[in-house]
Amino acid sequence: MDHLLTLPVLIPLLTGAIAFLFYKNGTVQRWIGLAGTVALLIASILLLVDVWSNGIQAEQFGNWPAPFGISFVADLLSSIMITISGVMGFVVAVYAVADIDKTREKFGFYPLYHILLMGINGTFLTGDIFNMYVWFEVMLISSFVLLALGNAKAQLDGAVKYVIINLVGSAIFLMGIGFVYGLTGTLNMAELSVRLNEVDNAGLVTTVSMFFMISFGIKAAVFPLFFWLPASYHTPPVAVSAIFAGMLTKVGVYTLIRAFTLLFTQEVAYTHHIILWISGLTMLIGVLGAAAQSEVRRILSFHIISQIGYMIMGLALYTPLALIGSVFYIVHHIIVKTNLFLVGGLARKLTGSYELKKMGGLYRYYPWLGVLFLIPAFSLAGFPPLSGFWAKFTLIYAALEIESYWIAGVALLVGLLTLYSMTKIWMAAFWTPLPGYENDTTGAGFNKIGPRDMFLLVTPIVILATLTIIIGLFPEPFYELSLKAAEELLDPTNYINAVLGK
Amino acid sequence: MMKSLILQTATKLLFPLLLLFSIFLFLRGHNDPGGGFIGGLVGAAAFALFAISSGTEKARELLRIDPTFMIGLGLFFALLSGVISMYAGTPFLTGHWAFPMVFGAEMHLGSPILFDIGVYLVVVGFTLAVIFSLEEEG
Repeated sequence: MDHLLTLPVLIPLLTGAIAFLFYKNGTVQRWIGLAGTVALLIASILLLVDVWSNGIQAEQFGNWPAPFGISFVADLLSSIMITISGVMGFVVAVYAVADIDKTREKFGFYPLYHILLMGINGTFLTGDIFNMYVWFEVMLISSFVLLALGNAKAQLDGAVKYVIINLVGSAIFLMGIGFVYGLTGTLNMAELSVRLNEVDNAGLVTTVSMFFMISFGIKAAVFPLFFWLPASYHTPPVAVSAIFAGMLTKVGVYTLIRAFTLLFTQEVAYTHHIILWISGLTMLIGVLGAAAQSEVRRILSFHIISQIGYMIMGLALYTPLALIGSVFYIVHHIIVKTNLFLVGGLARKLTGSYELKKMGGLYRYYPWLGVLFLIPAFSLAGFPPLSGFWAKFTLIYAALEIESYWIAGVALLVGLLTLYSMTKIWMAAFWTPLPGYENDTTGAGFNKIGPRDMFLLVTPIVILATLTIIIGLFPEPFYELSLKAAEELLDPTNYINAVLGK
Repeated sequence: MMKSLILQTATKLLFPLLLLFSIFLFLRGHNDPGGGFIGGLVGAAAFALFAISSGTEKARELLRIDPTFMIGLGLFFALLSGVISMYAGTPFLTGHWAFPMVFGAEMHLGSPILFDIGVYLVVVGFTLAVIFSLEEEG
């Protein structure tokens, strides 16, 4: 028996525990943090390879047989998510070394960062619906603290909104779990998948599924439950915003996909139709919200929302091709969105502001940064040959295939409007001269960043931009991976057999 | 910190009692209601009471280990209990038991107790970290 399945949770826990032991020594914490994320990345890649070649893996904690104990399950979707969170955990940890100030370091940024990663990975791997709630809490509590760490007024304001809406979401999730347990007498997701189909009153199951849709919808920030996101994501330091923007909402999307492929497929015509409307409105409202903003992180926050629409659009259409599109989109989006936040943070360090009005001149003095911005920005808008093009292409093709013309139209329109926002950032931050330094030719208006910090800030951006280009130029293997993941999602038999050992 | 003679005198009596009770609750958790969480809370209450009556500085001295360090130590112990079972080739967190004879009585010694020690330390560490910093600010 190998323990690859537990490592994505154990490694961050160990790293976090050691970081707590050395909480007075920032240098040690940073090195341990980096070593921990490298180990996590390696373990998650090994897990992906293992699941790819040997099929779905399951492990029963404490050796209590399923469905009585807690199972950990890794199918392809889980291991893809684990791998991508390993990549993000590593690059953001590198960026954080230069971005996180001494005060935040002193109050426990590093331990909490790793506990957050543990919560995220636990949610991806668990095969037990109540255990998923517990991982949600681990993730939320550490994210509350990361959000409020530093005590700035705006941060506390954002954190209060974030905490309240997410606690409401958790409460609704817990109620849903209670109902499901009452209906079936089990919490194991594989067992639930079988038992929920045997409940006499199918309408009741659909009603209960709405609890899950609402609570996961809050976490995923879909329309009309997204208000907490743009109210809080722009307040903490960029390293925190970036990992939140990249991973946290995607955890919500993952749970939505899991719940509405594995558990609640009794009345697909009804439930998935609701999701389709939600996805269209999420895309549209998100992108329109972004158009009205003039602060880099707020623009990007609204774009997270509109992009969430695409991801659940694939779930809503519920065809093999559409689910492939969803999985592909999640991978592409996490990389691109995290990168945009990181670029935004670097631009802020150079110009001293996130406000578009106060930024400028970056292209003239830092043309390479312009290129590094354009790669994720164009990818987000869906320009070929970048990753976003293939993701959008697959989804829109899937929509046309089953003659859902309006959602395809919305998806195309939103792509265009995304480009508008990206152009806005480009014009204001890169193209126009820095306000107050219009006639200056020496670049005196910019803050100086030392070579060590510059290296730490730029390396993650370059890694992520390279990944975007690789996915864009060689989409074949990623497409293949998404294809297999989508097949597993549409036919949960293997998942159930792997857990229950039949 | 409250300068109250009554509280200080009462604390002198209560402090050892609370600690004993906390250890009792912790060990009782083996088969009955109790365990690391509740034991840890009572243990933290003892030190909190001491901090209120005699000041956090003295309480920190008495505790010897820094509360934040205790959190890390606790996580470490909990992790250890799971890793032992992995080392033995069984799934994470599987209980492994030994039954040594101590003073003629059979002891039920198992890896889950490490997990409970971990919980105890995390609870004490976290509670005291919060209470001490609140005391020091106010």
